[in-house]
Amino acid sequence: MTAYRYDGTFAGFLTCAWDALERKRSPVEFLLFGDEASLWEVREMATDEGRAKRLYAALARRVSPAFQKLIARGFLTCLPQKELALLELICRGLREGDRVRQDLSDPVVARVNLALTKMWTEWDHLKGFVRFSDLDGILVGEIEPKNRVLPLLAPHFAARYSGERLTLYDRTYHEIFLSDRGRWKILPAEDFRMGPAGTEERAFRAMWRNYFQTIAIEGRINPKCQSTHMPKRYRHVMTEFLTDEEMETGLPGQTAKALGERPTG
Amino acid sequence: MFDFCGLALSPLTGAGAVSATGWKGENSVDVMDKLTILADAAKYDAACTSSGVTRGARPGTIGTAASSGCCHTFSADGRCVSLLKVLYTNHCCYDCAYCVNRRSNDVRRTAFTPRELAELTIQFYRRNYIEGLFLSSAVLKSPDYTTERIIETLRLLRTEYHFNGYIHAKAIPGADPGLTYELGLLADRLSVNIELPSEGSLRLLAPDKSKTAIFKPMAQIRDGAAQSKAELKLYRHAPRFAPAGQSTQMIVGATPESDRHILSLTEGLYQKYHLKRVFYSAYMPVSDHKNLPAPVGFKPPLLREHRLYQADWLLRFYGFTAGEILDDDHPNFDEALDPKSDWALRHPEFFPVEVNRADYEAILRVPGIGVRGAQKIIAARRYGPLSFEGLKRLGIVMKRAQYFITCSGRMLPGLRFGPDSVYRRLTGLERMELGGESWQQLSLFGQEVG
Repeated sequence: MTAYRYDGTFAGFLTCAWDALERKRSPVEFLLFGDEASLWEVREMATDEGRAKRLYAALARRVSPAFQKLIARGFLTCLPQKELALLELICRGLREGDRVRQDLSDPVVARVNLALTKMWTEWDHLKGFVRFSDLDGILVGEIEPKNRVLPLLAPHFAARYSGERLTLYDRTYHEIFLSDRGRWKILPAEDFRMGPAGTEERAFRAMWRNYFQTIAIEGRINPKCQSTHMPKRYRHVMTEFLTDEEMETGLPGQTAKALGERPTG
Repeated sequence: MFDFCGLALSPLTGAGAVSATGWKGENSVDVMDKLTILADAAKYDAACTSSGVTRGARPGTIGTAASSGCCHTFSADGRCVSLLKVLYTNHCCYDCAYCVNRRSNDVRRTAFTPRELAELTIQFYRRNYIEGLFLSSAVLKSPDYTTERIIETLRLLRTEYHFNGYIHAKAIPGADPGLTYELGLLADRLSVNIELPSEGSLRLLAPDKSKTAIFKPMAQIRDGAAQSKAELKLYRHAPRFAPAGQSTQMIVGATPESDRHILSLTEGLYQKYHLKRVFYSAYMPVSDHKNLPAPVGFKPPLLREHRLYQADWLLRFYGFTAGEILDDDHPNFDEALDPKSDWALRHPEFFPVEVNRADYEAILRVPGIGVRGAQKIIAARRYGPLSFEGLKRLGIVMKRAQYFITCSGRMLPGLRFGPDSVYRRLTGLERMELGGESWQQLSLFGQEVG
């Protein structure tokens, strides 16, 4: 009975998976550097980029490109102990081939698929719910997602605002997306604070809040329906629910707490 | 109030000169006021979707479009806000009884300038507030004049501001076909509102509009879009006419048509005019006109609108026909039950459906199983036979479906029911899901239909 301790990166996970496949033994738990001690015997794994790349390529070659994508996307979800589920999928994939993806009623496949569905839903929500502020000509925004959707949102916003400079900060996973006229990258960033807005920015925010109020029909007010479509956890970074002061200082987040102590980068 | 005179435009809009000229007009201070008035006047239009066209980034432009559409927020009434939905103006020369903007109504009137509206759209778009613009208008002077103003706005957005996002524009009935064509080249989606479900009602409440005037542009848009599609197959750079198709909307509950009438009309519109969407808007009491329900004590028929949308989905995605959902014996929806469950209970001979063998179309007809659920069942049963446990893991919700399916020839173990108890349980579920408030409207629902 062993547990793996690794650095939380995808390459680190693939290194662990390589080790487990080589030893023909599944771990019972995955830990990160900095996590508390485990009851099990712990194997500390240093990330091996070479092995990670080889295993990653093998997933596409020996199983299928779609399967490779499933594993990579699965790693972005916030499923608890996602590493265990993904490792089991990798083992089954290498043994049975691509048809394992169709075994939708299998508990592990179903768990990963459900987590993926939730991640794509969050991605879809955030494509709409992200708000940018124009601060000195740069568009600045913040998100606080449950899943690590920033890498998935990046191409969308980079294409949409291909002539702009923009940044989007992920409070949960402490990453920042930077895009300069279509060329973009994502970098780790510990802290981030939105600066004060100028008069023009405040004017457009005011107009948007005003529009948001006006467009609702009084006779049909339905907060439950509104919350179903737009859960409240998104609202503390959305312009129409915040004052200018709140946007500047940033409201205390909720997602990290809800996810427990394991939001990892 | 804020001042737009010193507005610094983004480098992208590429029009530094704009802030020095157009945006500086005398009206600039009250853009906020205009926005309030003209958004308020537009809010009863339901068709705020941004779907139907996919367009990637193009160098030198701002914006993209995705065919699934995108909701940017949800207003307090729970409706998706996707586009900046405003009227160009609420000055109207018509006097339609059901409309807030009718000539005889005492409301504040105003109009945007094309430049104000284009600037507002771009600035909202940059901040990711919206997916694009939904521009409608009251009829200012004449249909032609109004359409020209709308075209001017869209042309400014597309050519000067290089806006590549979504635009939905209203085609004004009675406008010159040449203008409507021009509009369709600038917009992604066009719509013509049929307003009321029958010609009689139209005559009664909207004396300035006629059925032929409404259906003429609709046919023109259909033919224009079909022709454009055909030409695009031959020449890559052929002009795109309304690539996201057209939609329409009608007001429900202001006039006495039955649900069956409305649903058949809808089906006809989908088949004959190839509409992408038909929207229903529960009548909101905005007038005390003698031909309309009295506003005192009137509750908008929200549940009826909900049932119509459910039936609309059955038409578009579930392979139902209007005649199956409602017939002469059942001209109106059962208030207590969704149309799909209602159909299922009226057709016991069709059930139970065997999930491991039945074809896709049959699985789709099971209450509680939707398009995604049916697709998952088809995919998963290729791997091996499905059990009830397996169905649950696929994410199939059993509370409705359990009465209508078998897994490998068996119904859910331990499930006992008869025809009456199924009706009771399904309506119970529905009551719980709708919540108390909508349920109370049922008594009014019957009266309106008359």
